[in-house]
Amino acid sequence: MNDPVALRARAEASASALPPLLAAAEHLASTVILGDHGRRRAGTGDTFWQYRPAQSHDSARSIDWRRSARSDGAFVQDKEWQIAQSVVFWVDQGASMRFSSAPAIAQKSTVARTLALACAILLTRGGERVGLTGAALPPRRGTAQIAQMAALLSQDDPSDYALPEARGMVPHSRAVFVSDFLSDLAPIETALTRAADRGVRGALVQVLDPQEEAFPFDGRTVFESMTGGLRHETLKAGDLRDRYLDRLAERKDRLTALARTTGWQFTTQHTDAPATQALLWLYAAMEQPI
Amino acid sequence: MFSIGPLAFTAPWLLLGLIALPILWVLLRAVPPAPVRRRFPGVALLLGLTDKDAQSDRTPWWLLLLRLLAVAAIILGFAGPVLNPQDDQGGDGPLLVVLDGTWADARDWPARIDRARIALDDAARSGRPAAIMTLTAPPAQMPDFQPAQAAAQTLPNLQPAPWEPDAEALAALAQALDGRFDTLWLSDSLARDTRRDMLAAFEARGTVRVVQTPRTTVALRPATFADGNIALSAARTPVGLPLSVPVQAIGLDPAGTERVLATVNMEIPPGEAVGETLLSLPAELRNRITRFAVAGVRSAGAVTLTDDALRRREVALIAGGGEAEGLDLLSPLYYLREALEPTADLIDGTLEDVLLANPDVIVLADVANLSASEADDIAIWVENGGLLLRFAGPRLAASDVGRMTEDPLLPVRLRAGGRSIGGAMSWGEPKALAPFPEGSPFYGLAIPQDVSVTAQVVAQPDPTLADRVIAGLADGTPLVTRKALGQGQVVLMHVTANAEWSSLPLSGLFVQMLERLAVSTRPATPEAEALEGTVWLPQARLDAFGQLTDATTEAGVPGEALAAGTVGPDLPPGLYAFDETQIAVNVADADTTLATAQWPARIPVEGLDIAQELPLKGWLIAAALALLAIDVIASLAVGGRLRGPRADVAAAVLLALMIATPQDARAQDADEFAIAATQAVSLAYVTTGDPRIDEVSEAGLRGLSDVLFRRTSIEPVAPTALNIETDELAFFPFLYWPMTPGQALPSREAYAKLNRYLRSGGMILFDTRDADTARFGSSSPEGRQLQSIAMSLDIPALEPIPEDHVLTRTFYLIQDFPGRTASRDVWVEAAPPDAEQAEGMPFRNLNDGVTPVVIGGNDWARAWAVDQFGDPMFPVGRGSAGDTQREYAYRFGVNLIMHVLTGNYKSDQVHVPNLLERLGQ
Repeated sequence: MNDPVALRARAEASASALPPLLAAAEHLASTVILGDHGRRRAGTGDTFWQYRPAQSHDSARSIDWRRSARSDGAFVQDKEWQIAQSVVFWVDQGASMRFSSAPAIAQKSTVARTLALACAILLTRGGERVGLTGAALPPRRGTAQIAQMAALLSQDDPSDYALPEARGMVPHSRAVFVSDFLSDLAPIETALTRAADRGVRGALVQVLDPQEEAFPFDGRTVFESMTGGLRHETLKAGDLRDRYLDRLAERKDRLTALARTTGWQFTTQHTDAPATQALLWLYAAMEQPI
Repeated sequence: MFSIGPLAFTAPWLLLGLIALPILWVLLRAVPPAPVRRRFPGVALLLGLTDKDAQSDRTPWWLLLLRLLAVAAIILGFAGPVLNPQDDQGGDGPLLVVLDGTWADARDWPARIDRARIALDDAARSGRPAAIMTLTAPPAQMPDFQPAQAAAQTLPNLQPAPWEPDAEALAALAQALDGRFDTLWLSDSLARDTRRDMLAAFEARGTVRVVQTPRTTVALRPATFADGNIALSAARTPVGLPLSVPVQAIGLDPAGTERVLATVNMEIPPGEAVGETLLSLPAELRNRITRFAVAGVRSAGAVTLTDDALRRREVALIAGGGEAEGLDLLSPLYYLREALEPTADLIDGTLEDVLLANPDVIVLADVANLSASEADDIAIWVENGGLLLRFAGPRLAASDVGRMTEDPLLPVRLRAGGRSIGGAMSWGEPKALAPFPEGSPFYGLAIPQDVSVTAQVVAQPDPTLADRVIAGLADGTPLVTRKALGQGQVVLMHVTANAEWSSLPLSGLFVQMLERLAVSTRPATPEAEALEGTVWLPQARLDAFGQLTDATTEAGVPGEALAAGTVGPDLPPGLYAFDETQIAVNVADADTTLATAQWPARIPVEGLDIAQELPLKGWLIAAALALLAIDVIASLAVGGRLRGPRADVAAAVLLALMIATPQDARAQDADEFAIAATQAVSLAYVTTGDPRIDEVSEAGLRGLSDVLFRRTSIEPVAPTALNIETDELAFFPFLYWPMTPGQALPSREAYAKLNRYLRSGGMILFDTRDADTARFGSSSPEGRQLQSIAMSLDIPALEPIPEDHVLTRTFYLIQDFPGRTASRDVWVEAAPPDAEQAEGMPFRNLNDGVTPVVIGGNDWARAWAVDQFGDPMFPVGRGSAGDTQREYAYRFGVNLIMHVLTGNYKSDQVHVPNLLERLGQ
């Protein structure tokens, strides 16, 4: 399931259905590196943008003589400004993500990894640089980067709920956090605010199993976390349903509010829904100008 | 054994376990259901949530009750409950089970065997040795006692016999009885003389118990003939209520099938021992009766076989001379009528009418000249087994019949004129009859002295004459001559049928001679003297259950035994034949009366039916298991295990437990199928059982449907797969039926459905898919399969599609009908042979009918087949020629469906000139 090759194959398959994602360009000087993306304004680049009258600071070499010969003035050819964006991903590797309520439904971690990697592949195709938060994989381009990313994403975290990693984010870049967000919200809040402080915008994708949304339990039940570290016993699980659902809704509200204050975007993806749905949403989120 | 009413327990102490039930109730109530452990990442959200109801969740009361019931059922079950327990029958010595084994037993023989088995089972339980015997087949010496189990195994060998016990054999048995034993006697409840001695013999050896039912036994006596009706009588044991006995007359119908020809109800008043009734039947029916039987009774006593005594021959009497007025006594037929009336059915009428009735005998009294056609008809009738009896007379003597050549309808040639003896104008005395020669059918008949002949017709001397004479006068001249003709015979009496020429018709000899000639039949059973020295061959044998079996391979029975008439092992009831005569031997004779057996007061008499012992242990334990199975489901439901991750397993188990009846669902399906099939045109194909072929058929018809949709106004929906065994065909105008070597032949019902479909205008396209390499079927497996399938179909004469067939122009003008292969041989219903070339048109006047079948081997489905993108699935031909061929295949398909749906209106083009003319243009 978590074999890097298989994971990548699934991600490629998922990504093949979408056109290359063109990330909205934004002026981030410190991260500007020449790329394939026209920024719709003059700058360094390869493709023609416009002719403009030569200024005094233009060197004679830059004058376009062919254009200038057709009129009296001297013209200079401007190129379109092309830049690349850095997108870093954080995918929850915790044990809670390895839950699946039925054999036919994929584990949450599988969905999360596929989604993240598919997005990364799309972005790479669009010429963006992708990487992981933390020091393990700084943003870079190319298929080798994708392969490395797939390998790193395939690792599991032994703890129940993994903490978000907010380090290693390039200022004014973009970030995608994929998790079930069922653990304590405080570290997530901290990570998000830190990211927002550095001008990083992005998207939160909450991956949930349908059973976690429905809580279809009844009778005397002992609930255990995936590693068995957390336990909760109840005599009538059916009575807990409403309160559980309230708590879940409240958590989603808080995440939405958090995203709104930090300028991020938030969505919930269910493991029994097609992954393309979330990928489309990410597509839209990445295109949105800051 | 501890018993309450009809219920007893083999281990009653176990019932004390029921006291533990209330304790169990309390215990079960105190223990809550075990928790389910579930992995659930959302537990982080649950932390801190407490149950509103702090008390533990108790097992619901109904679940407790269920469990307690299960436990109670188990306790009761192991306590060994028995319904209707059998008391010990007493006695510990050997047990002899005696059955009468007569025909009266046959009626409820299985019940008797069951009763004997119960007795033997009892004996086996108490370890008594046992033996078993029937009195109709008594053993010669004392039977060996064996373990009762072993004796019980011989029960199926016992069969009742269709006779009564033989007194001598029983006496021998009574002598042979030895040792001490108890006897259980299963009586057939009929009184008979041997009972007293046997009872004494058994009682001398030990106690005797008798099993006897007070039911009425009926025995049917032989049917007799009385005043044109059949008189039936039956004897019964004179007990009880009035009885209505339905008696069936059974015989062969004209088709040779045995069936009930008539039924009559015989009412026997209460207390009467004998009932009688009359049955009136037409002679044709009466002669067909082979036996009478009481409906619904399986016993030899309820069957009586009929023999010649009931059979009456049909004799047609025809006299020459027509309308001549005269005294009755002078009528040539008067004496014949008198002689035959009691024993035969007489037919009067003209010769033509009489021949239609196909009588057994035709008597022509002094008829000389027959028209050629009459003579031919009579000759044919005689050759088919008729007996033509002719009497001489003045007309025959005066005619030229049989003078020069032998007339086919006369046994001898005749001299002209005849002769008179002892009259006023002649010398000599009237002649007496010579004794009948050996070999003559009259041999042995006594000749009265007063019979004399005064005139006769005289036979021409002839080499064959001597063989044909069966009676002569004292001077050696023939009196009766006979010859065989085909299967029948022609007999000529050389005298008249009235007393004019001889006194023979006045004597009893005349009647006997007619009887010997089988003109009339034997009025009663032959006398003992007549039976002496004869051996009668059994034709059919009646067993104790009243079933007739063929007995032609069995040894003959001497006539003496028949004369004695005692039915027994030496003379089993049945039908016996000697020469042309048949005698029926029945269980009951005309004097049989029946009475109920009476037993001394000291003998205990039991009924046949006793309540069966019924152990309930198995039922109770099964009920407990069922309750526990319900408890499993209920516990799962209460414990929340019917939902959540393992719910699918639980649901599968539940589904397996609930066996729903799908009947209604199927009916509903059939309705939906009919509605869906009739909402739009759908091409249909017959499923062959080969999924690959069926897939191709489906794709082919889909491709054809697409083409029809695009090019024509026919807009078919998706093709339908039809199972000809189960689906209704009538909704589909067109069936595509690919042949595969392995497909099963349709069932009889399916054939009926297919034939109905073909007759009501459906069309089947048979596709052998073999490119006709075999040229219809001689060697390709598909072709042979087509032949075997089509064998039972209602398929008309076929011909290869003629050039002017309407299929060639229903939509496209085509002359080839290719599929994936392009053989020209495609067969349709042949045109009527009288079809004519239409004037001014290149085709014939063919106006009727749509061909019900089109047969070919061009594998059309593969040429039509498209995949889900509408691309062809299979290559056809090569290059553009292949595309053309596929196009033509589609055109053939379009023409075919057009032909199916629009009939042959294109043929009506031949009428266009006429129509235009009629319109005045």
